[in-house]
Amino acid sequence: MNAFINHFLFEFRTGIRNKTLLLMNYLFPLGFYAMMGLIMTGINPLFRETMIPAMSIFAVLAATILGLPDPLVTAREAGIFRNYKINGVPALSILVIPALTTIIHSSVVTIIIITTAPRLFNAPLPVNWLYFILTFILTACACAGLSVLIGVISSSSRMTVLWSQLVFIPSMILGGMMVPFSMLPGAISKIALLLPATHAMNAFRGLAQNLTADFNPIGSLIILLASGVFAFGLAIYLFNWDRRNAAQPGHPLMALLVLLPYVMGILILS
Amino acid sequence: MNDTVVRVMDFRKVYGDFVAVDGISFEVHRGEIFGLLGPNGAGKTSTLESLEGLRVPDGGSLRIMDVDPAYESGRLHKLIGVQLQTSGLPDSITLDEAMKFFCSYHAVLPRYDLLDRFGLKEKRREQYYQLSAGQQRRLGLALAVAHKPPVVFLDEPTAGLDVASRIELHNLMRELQSSGTTIILATHDMAEANEMANRLAILLRGKIAATGTPLELTATGAGFTKVSVRTKGDSLSDPELKFPAVSKRISKEEYVIYYSTDIGPTVSAIITHIKTREDLLVDLRVERPSLEDRFLEITTTGGIQ
Repeated sequence: MNAFINHFLFEFRTGIRNKTLLLMNYLFPLGFYAMMGLIMTGINPLFRETMIPAMSIFAVLAATILGLPDPLVTAREAGIFRNYKINGVPALSILVIPALTTIIHSSVVTIIIITTAPRLFNAPLPVNWLYFILTFILTACACAGLSVLIGVISSSSRMTVLWSQLVFIPSMILGGMMVPFSMLPGAISKIALLLPATHAMNAFRGLAQNLTADFNPIGSLIILLASGVFAFGLAIYLFNWDRRNAAQPGHPLMALLVLLPYVMGILILS
Repeated sequence: MNDTVVRVMDFRKVYGDFVAVDGISFEVHRGEIFGLLGPNGAGKTSTLESLEGLRVPDGGSLRIMDVDPAYESGRLHKLIGVQLQTSGLPDSITLDEAMKFFCSYHAVLPRYDLLDRFGLKEKRREQYYQLSAGQQRRLGLALAVAHKPPVVFLDEPTAGLDVASRIELHNLMRELQSSGTTIILATHDMAEANEMANRLAILLRGKIAATGTPLELTATGAGFTKVSVRTKGDSLSDPELKFPAVSKRISKEEYVIYYSTDIGPTVSAIITHIKTREDLLVDLRVERPSLEDRFLEITTTGGIQ
């Protein structure tokens, strides 16, 4: 337990101490929130209705999808995981602790957004706080799991950027934060259903904000939960202490199984 | 009492078609400093990494105090301390945090005293990336021995260290040894191997080319012993002079240098000759082949176990 706490505290401090992580955890989401509050609310006043959930999802996406995978790849390449293995640091801690600390950083940003958005931008607070918190936690877990999985399967920092952007950019465009899901054309909406951001936004709208959900919001919560569990399970299974090790635990393409809950969602929800 | 701490039996490691280690065997005893030498690609790293539990052997067996490193990592990490060649630490970790972090995973109290002892007292709150290469190595060693493991692996421990740190490190190694700690030392530094190791194994192309104490290794080579002689007169000036077991003669400054394959008869004959010619011996120096000479001889000509 003492080891877990020390590891956790170190990772938490790293999230602030490391300039790149500070940018992804705090500066980028808060800067984007300020910019969206100033510009988007002027262009589209309806944006206020979903501003808090949308910016919370953005904070989670930036901290997890953009911030979390690369330190894992860098640490593996620098031999840090080898040293961890020699000293008895379990693989589970290596993967779960950074995810947990990142979720906490995202929570801090979300709290800042919740406390300032009503005053600064006249954004409505969530109606159902319990569902807001539950949706936030499941969204953060799904995105953190996906990020850890990207970090585990990426062969290099360059590949990490590619995989991360493959999730981040569509999430921004199709995830319902900027453009409502209901406005997406049929085929595109199916692609959007493969993204955690879409389900997060749907659950926030339908359960926390008392707005019309585009599809079953409880179904979205179940998908987020399942994808989070799947992603962490796959990441732990595919985790390799050292890329040079010839004995690979499984083929990296197995990571695509993480899409299974989303594909099921397309079949069931639409 | 069986005091074998590390046992390597017919160990083999293969990467694809490349045989990195080809059936080597050796034992290391309690309290011994065992040196592993060899050129790059000889199989040192594969051997060390397999003993450290980072690689699974493709043949033979490895044991550290009866623990199989490949399959008993839970027991292994209590038995070994490793100073890796590469950093192995996150850039942003402070020295105090690193000590606390690793000691907590070993369930022991942090050994901040080791940081002080290794000259890192002033750096304890600094982050890892702010340290010099030498300081990073010292930290690596402090962390490796903090949980007092019975077996310590040191991979190029003094590379990048200044003289004072090197002496301090060697003193610590001796101290660890005297307390019964077994040290496996991989190094390219022949002087260090000669000075510190009780026994050595020279690896070459995945096999043990030579093994023994530093003295045994240097004595068994085909290398010549250098006899440098300086006399007051010119009794040795004739290049045609023949002495037993001498294969080569050169003159350098005021010295005549003979390369001998059998030092006893050579020196004895030289002294007799000087006396016979009523000359006066001013200086006589005998230089045995160094470990470095022996290492070069083995790695260039190959060797046998």
